[in-house]
Amino acid sequence: MNFNLTLIGQMISFGVFVWFTMTYVWTPIVKALSDRKAKIAEGLAAAERGHQEKSLGEQRAQEVLNTAKAQATEILSQAQKRAGEIVEESKVDARSEGQRLIAAAQAEIERETNRAREELREKVATLAVAAAEKILKKEIDVRAHQSLVDDFARQI
Amino acid sequence: MSTAETLTAQGYIQHHLTNLTLGVHPEHGLSFAHNAQGAAEMGFWAINVDTMFFSILLGWLFVRFFRGVAEKASVGIPGAAQNFAEWIVEFIDENVRGSFTGKNPLVAPLALTIFVWVFMMNLMDLIPVDLLPWLFGQSMAIFGADPHHVFLRVVPTTDPNTTFALALVVFGMVLYYSFKMKGVGGFLGELSLQPFGVWGMPANLILEGISLLSKPVSLALRLFGNMYAGEMIFILIALMFGGGWALGLTAGALQFVWAVFHILIITLQAFIFMVLTVVYLDMAHQTHH
Repeated sequence: MNFNLTLIGQMISFGVFVWFTMTYVWTPIVKALSDRKAKIAEGLAAAERGHQEKSLGEQRAQEVLNTAKAQATEILSQAQKRAGEIVEESKVDARSEGQRLIAAAQAEIERETNRAREELREKVATLAVAAAEKILKKEIDVRAHQSLVDDFARQI
Repeated sequence: MSTAETLTAQGYIQHHLTNLTLGVHPEHGLSFAHNAQGAAEMGFWAINVDTMFFSILLGWLFVRFFRGVAEKASVGIPGAAQNFAEWIVEFIDENVRGSFTGKNPLVAPLALTIFVWVFMMNLMDLIPVDLLPWLFGQSMAIFGADPHHVFLRVVPTTDPNTTFALALVVFGMVLYYSFKMKGVGGFLGELSLQPFGVWGMPANLILEGISLLSKPVSLALRLFGNMYAGEMIFILIALMFGGGWALGLTAGALQFVWAVFHILIITLQAFIFMVLTVVYLDMAHQTHH
């Protein structure tokens, strides 16, 4: 066991290594470790929050979906109702239109009949005059017997 | 062993237990010691070049590796090196938290340095005992040195200079923090007033003084003794290699078994040194006595 200057040398080296470790090694590594710990804790908390938000969102989506479904059902039933009404209305319209057309046609027929009758009446009057002329074989004053002819024609 | 053939067993062991000492010899002047006696004659003002070289090399590797990790330390996913360094740092941090109750930013880095550095110095013991000394002797022979007088001890912790240096630094810290935390009166009171009270002061002083002084001595001698004995057994096993193939095979098996067992010892000794340092510093920081 020779003690010599090595003892002092080793003490100095030891001191330098301890100083270096304390100043340049320990702090950054421990800091990285604690930072990572914090980061992991943060990540876990964020994941937990995300999980909660997800379930909340799902709940909200379900609510929106339910509302939409109800609205759709309502709209559908309204539309069906409206369609029925429209069909009903058009049936009524068609019926009245038909009746109107029938009435118009009947009126037209009436008018045509009257016109034909009038025409016929005039033609019969002329024919009657001509026939009377022939029958009487004498000139009759048309103007003098006009009222007679008219009377006759009206009786046809 | 090629050099061992010409040596006696005693010479072989002696050769392995002699440091490469540089110093001023009373007769040869500034030179490397030719033998253990020559190293002793150089007195205190000589230096064990091998011990210094290997301990500083290993310490340099240690701080370089950890500094490299610390520089690139990322909060994100750590790489392999960072993982390894963080594993050690957390292990040390846990131990220091467990046994050190005070607040001192020096203690944990000190514990890390002791554990890793001592472990690395002890680890040198697992390199085959003849390999590095033989290579060194052969390469020095190129420069004209006699390989029989070129010594090299590769395990710095088998040199009591190393273990006592560590223990003395720790002891200095124990004294410094004892005075700082307890105050001069508090510390002297602790040394002189217990366990027997004021009237037992001389007995107290003797008991507490021995207990105080035994701390660095036991720290240094425990590490030195374990490593020295371990190295000695490797040397003795290595001696058997020269005794024919049967003895050589036995020696190979023994060396393997002892090396495996030694892995436990070197780790344990580094750990014990670290834990005791932390415990002693914790005692120095306690003020409630």
